[in-house]
Amino acid sequence: MARRSNENSSTLIQYRALQDQSILRMFILPTIILLIVINVFPLFYSLILSFSNFTAKFPLVWGKNPRFLGIENYIRLINDPDIWHRFVTTAKYVVLSVGGEMILGFAFALLLQIKFKGREIITTLLVLPMTMSPVIVGLMWKLFYDPNWGMFNYLLGLGKIDWATDLKYNLYASAIADIWMWTPFVMLLALAGLGAVPQYLYEAAEVDRASWWYKFSRITLPMVWPLLLIALIFRTMEAFKVFDVTMGISGRGASAPALLSISLYDTAFVTWKTGIGSALGYIVLIIIIAITNIFVKYLNKAKQ
Amino acid sequence: MAAVNKRRVSIGRIIVIILICVITFVYLVPFLFVIDTSLKPWNVIKDWPPKIIFKPTIAPYIRIFTARTVYPANNKPTEAEIAKMKWYEKLTYKESGEQIVRVGDLPKRYLNSLIITLASVALTIIMATFAAYGFSRFKIRGKDDLMFFILSTRMLPPVIVLIPVFLMFRKLALTDTHIGLILLYTAFNLSFAVWVLKGFIDEIPIEYEEAAMVDGYTRFQVFRKIVVPQAMTGIAATAVFCFIFAWNEYAFAFILTKSIAQTVPAWLPYQMGVLGYDWGAAAAGSVLFIIPALIFTIFLRKNLVRGITFGAIRK
Repeated sequence: MARRSNENSSTLIQYRALQDQSILRMFILPTIILLIVINVFPLFYSLILSFSNFTAKFPLVWGKNPRFLGIENYIRLINDPDIWHRFVTTAKYVVLSVGGEMILGFAFALLLQIKFKGREIITTLLVLPMTMSPVIVGLMWKLFYDPNWGMFNYLLGLGKIDWATDLKYNLYASAIADIWMWTPFVMLLALAGLGAVPQYLYEAAEVDRASWWYKFSRITLPMVWPLLLIALIFRTMEAFKVFDVTMGISGRGASAPALLSISLYDTAFVTWKTGIGSALGYIVLIIIIAITNIFVKYLNKAKQ
Repeated sequence: MAAVNKRRVSIGRIIVIILICVITFVYLVPFLFVIDTSLKPWNVIKDWPPKIIFKPTIAPYIRIFTARTVYPANNKPTEAEIAKMKWYEKLTYKESGEQIVRVGDLPKRYLNSLIITLASVALTIIMATFAAYGFSRFKIRGKDDLMFFILSTRMLPPVIVLIPVFLMFRKLALTDTHIGLILLYTAFNLSFAVWVLKGFIDEIPIEYEEAAMVDGYTRFQVFRKIVVPQAMTGIAATAVFCFIFAWNEYAFAFILTKSIAQTVPAWLPYQMGVLGYDWGAAAAGSVLFIIPALIFTIFLRKNLVRGITFGAIRK
């Protein structure tokens, strides 16, 4: 008897499994379809446009607008000194902001290693900037930076530096706001990594009367390194695309720092050179993929 | 000897704790300054050196909620007229000499932000929970590739998607509509939500479901009565993350909306009052806009790391 009921239930489950195929489609297909329509299709669309002189200002007539130019857009962009200047500026921005975030974030995490009452509250308070809207963070820093009445120059005892619109300083203005916003991100990942270091390693080092520096460089750093690398990958990708924070602080146009994303916006939506804009977008995408790949290879090595 | 050592350790501890508190305070100064600015009277805002102590006023909050004009010099209100004004009209007049004309754009923009965010979060969570369950429990050919595909859509720079999406939306008359932004935010949150939710569902033991199916539950019943209740904490945490992302989004809203469906981030940085840029009102608007995300962050504490790493680190 028992065996029969067992067989029964297993055929039942098999029968269900057949049914499952159609249910499975219902479960997963909507997601895949929406992602294809809103993410994948546009990707190919802009790839096609990047080989054309298309401008979104005028109606679409195949053959005229867009007319296909082959790789002319890409050649023009690569030969454009202004674009190179923007690459260098963006790279500088990425190094400054991500570097600042990594150092500060790791330092905060190390400090927060000691357990005390209110540690949770402190962590939550430090995380707050990360959950604010980047453009509003930009706006807040614009108020903070204001040379006439803002607190930034006053607190640091600086003169009337116009951080937001002076071309000498506005890149740093954005980088500082970016660091402020995203240091907590690095801090959280570093904290997760530090929390996972087995305590017995420290105890063993203690027995050997190892120095603070020895413990830090031989135990802490190697154990946390993979997580720091993940933070580095995420932040580099994001910093390369920075748009919101800068738009909040400096806006676009003459007062904006010469970043790629701002010029991408200007090309595509202000001067309406949609074709070239798409090509520039693709160049940025390829760079991001290349950098990420290098980091990921490094990460895999570090994990071993 | 041991006692001295202990005391030294505890003094060091206290110093570090104080240091942490000071750092936290200094770190939050830019935000505190904005709260402070949002309460500054009109004639104090532009003082140099900046005043820290002053009599706070809510006039900036009234200004961000209203549209105003300046009284012409030859037509100032008389004492009697001022006496008849409502309190907020009087306050605004005394502060900046302006007359309130009507309710401003903020409530409409705020409502847009709320509608678009909540609708997209609801849609994301429904679709993602189904998909995550599918990926977690069924054998799917090329599952890893599909999951990677889903993740990679999130890594795209928005700017590159923006151009074709702009053209598509124009063609379909979706620019400046709520539904357009809802679909976009749903698509952008889906990849994230599927990954994180799959992690949460993977953690639910499959035995309950098998037992229920033997008892004659259908897949849908299993999903609804067993999986969803057990995954509720995960679903809530994921929903909060999606909320924060959609609530804060700027680039798409900025380019795809003009007035009808414009959200707060696309609108707030560009508010010029009749008397020039109204810093107090801008600060007040920022504070009002940031509050929901801050409150939600507090609920998220335990799942923050999990969320920001797409579920890769489960602590």
